[in-house]
Amino acid sequence: MLAGRTFAPARQCLRQASRQSPVFRPAFTQAQSRTYAIASDDKVAKFKGTKHNDGKYAVTLIEGDGIGPEISQSVKDIFSAANVPIKWESVDVTPQLKDGKTVIPDEAIASVERNYVALKGPLATPVGKGHVSLNLTLRRTFNLFANVRPCKSIAGYKTPYDNVDTVLIRENTEGEYSGIEHVVVDGVVQSIKLITRDASERVLRFAYQYAMESGRNKVRAVHKATIMKMSDGLFLNTARDLSKEYPSVEFDAELLDNTCLKMVTDPVPYNDKVLVMPNLYGDILSDMCAGLIGGLGLTPSGNIGDECSIFEAVHGSAPDIAGKGLANPTALLLSSIMMLEHMGLREHAAKIQNAIFSVLAEGKTITGDLGGKAKTHEYADAVISRL
Amino acid sequence: MFSKSSSRAAQVSYDAAETLRPGRPANSFAIDSSAGRPTATVPNPRREMLVSIGKHRIILQSLTFLATAYATVGSDIFKPTKFGGKYTVTLIPGDGVGAEVSESVKQIFKADNVPIEWEQVDVSGVETGNKHSEELFRESIASLKRNKLGLKGILHTPVERSGHQSFNVALRQELDIYASIVLIKNIPGYETRHKNVDLCIIRENTEGEYSGLEHQSVDGVVESLKIITRAKSERIAKFAFSFALANNRKKVTCIHKANIMKLADGLFRNTVKKVGEEFPSIETNDMIVDNASMQCVSRPQQFDVMVMPNLYGGILSNIGAGLVGGPGIVPGCNMGREVAVFEPGCRHVGLDIKGKDQANPTALILSGSMLLRHIGLDDHANRISKAVYDVIAEGKTRTRDMGGNASTHEFTRAILESMERQ
Repeated sequence: MLAGRTFAPARQCLRQASRQSPVFRPAFTQAQSRTYAIASDDKVAKFKGTKHNDGKYAVTLIEGDGIGPEISQSVKDIFSAANVPIKWESVDVTPQLKDGKTVIPDEAIASVERNYVALKGPLATPVGKGHVSLNLTLRRTFNLFANVRPCKSIAGYKTPYDNVDTVLIRENTEGEYSGIEHVVVDGVVQSIKLITRDASERVLRFAYQYAMESGRNKVRAVHKATIMKMSDGLFLNTARDLSKEYPSVEFDAELLDNTCLKMVTDPVPYNDKVLVMPNLYGDILSDMCAGLIGGLGLTPSGNIGDECSIFEAVHGSAPDIAGKGLANPTALLLSSIMMLEHMGLREHAAKIQNAIFSVLAEGKTITGDLGGKAKTHEYADAVISRL
Repeated sequence: MFSKSSSRAAQVSYDAAETLRPGRPANSFAIDSSAGRPTATVPNPRREMLVSIGKHRIILQSLTFLATAYATVGSDIFKPTKFGGKYTVTLIPGDGVGAEVSESVKQIFKADNVPIEWEQVDVSGVETGNKHSEELFRESIASLKRNKLGLKGILHTPVERSGHQSFNVALRQELDIYASIVLIKNIPGYETRHKNVDLCIIRENTEGEYSGLEHQSVDGVVESLKIITRAKSERIAKFAFSFALANNRKKVTCIHKANIMKLADGLFRNTVKKVGEEFPSIETNDMIVDNASMQCVSRPQQFDVMVMPNLYGGILSNIGAGLVGGPGIVPGCNMGREVAVFEPGCRHVGLDIKGKDQANPTALILSGSMLLRHIGLDDHANRISKAVYDVIAEGKTRTRDMGGNASTHEFTRAILESMERQ
């Protein structure tokens, strides 16, 4: 049943990959470019948006809390300087309680559904009102099943690790985060990790496609099936089955323990692979990879859904420095570049990205968290001057 | 839902810890002083390391004295008497590199005339087709129950074999060796990306994600149960704090994911917090596991003792091992009320380099010397671990994983020679 249902799109993908490769090859050859290539025509989670009459795409912008408005402003400034054909549609996602459930306002939902794509700053979940995390709410509302987390060393920001360039895809809807928990008797809690073939297949398919498009061509499933034989076993077996449909992609599997160990020892061998894994492992490893290159302030993230996709900065809202012009907008900028690539606006993406990297590499106009003295807007201006 | 009151309580305990610390003796158990053990900080890093590994014995025994039975009266509890004879210790070489590295341990122990008689059980997790492995597994359990002490390599767990639990996990559950201790510390002379790492991972070993309870509700839908109980969380928390106290450690960090698993990890976190209130001289804090992994690779120096449920322990001990040089050099042990099993802290089988004479025996040798300290054979332990550190620091004879090209045999010989020179 698996094969029957899915063979056709797989073939199409293959065709597309070979047809398309010349188009974006130039991007690879650029020294500092990273490719968050996601877009293609017939595939899981392709971008469905179209240009409006004025030749621009509408993109929903969730500015977020704390430093969110400042860093969103930087993105807006840089995008308008680079003449990116995008018009922003700012929405408010202050959560509301409806029938005891946390929901986001209807206008926000409508906006994302209309535009198919959104950029999101950091959100603070209100504490103590019974709200579920807003990020979780967004994920559920738009069924964002895959989380893509690339981490690449930034020239000019020294960490113990050099030349890191990992891509990690995380299943985003089930697993340990299913939210099914109960107290059996006082002092005994069961928490259920839910793994389904459908959700596994969806994220794995996306991983294979991503591998082909990004030119990495190797997919590695990370699991702990030695211990969780059925649940992680199902994930692993689904991955194995699917690998037959993507013969151009090399597939292998690795035990979670080994991945952790090897990545920390030397992350370079992971530069040519796409790692795909269930929810919790992905959560932990993606943050660990961010640690390798200097923290969440430098890592972009994309949440991919069937219909809509939301690109976001994964760092916190840093209320302590909000409004002071000290925030580092790099993570949101890199996320917006992922978004542009998802939308097929590769030239703009490459242009802005090169500008960002050259500013960071030069190291003169960088923000306080990277050891510089520049204000948020000075950093943005420096990027604009290099466009 | 874990309301403000608990966080306020924690705040109070932090404050209390702050105010109490100056006036209060550092160690309310006073295990160290009563045992009259040299615990002063020694400027030489290598010495310090020996001492700090040595000190573990004290707490390990304080928690297991009921079982080890070497202690007869109160004052002897922390300093067991050596009775003329030999100790019998179960040796499970394990799969992969196990046979080679345990051979190396045996040689070294023999050369030092360590009064230990090995009771070797060659249980294996590798599928060989005979049903013998199950029997051997029963035998190893029986042997460990009898001897209360074991030195163990890692057993392989095949992914394919369904319905069969990992022998490693089954062994820990059967013997109820609930606390895994992994020491992550830079070895002097062996440079890695991170300097001054000195942390200790205490991991709950018997429940959590490794409960082994799974079922398929309908085709393609699997549920795997993670079990967290207050009793076991409390037990591991008490162990962690007592360990911190006895080893002069300042801080215990609870690692959890209570923002998502609000009930399960929430129970764990709150229990640790509550137990922490009974140890006001030790700082307590908690950290979400993804953040902890990130901090581990960027600033591992901030951690001291970390306590966590099963799966996170597996992840963080591997990250930790990566920080200081890999699974070949990280010692560890598993403690229960009855039995203590010493095994490499970062549990890798090493099937890929099996039989190639490339394995690094350091982890098992150091685990062995932890075992020696556990039964009070400090002289032997010090001699052996000093020899290992000397050989590594000298840098001439190192195994491949440490960037050298020595074989397991050559490395072992270098240690033996170093012991003779002492």
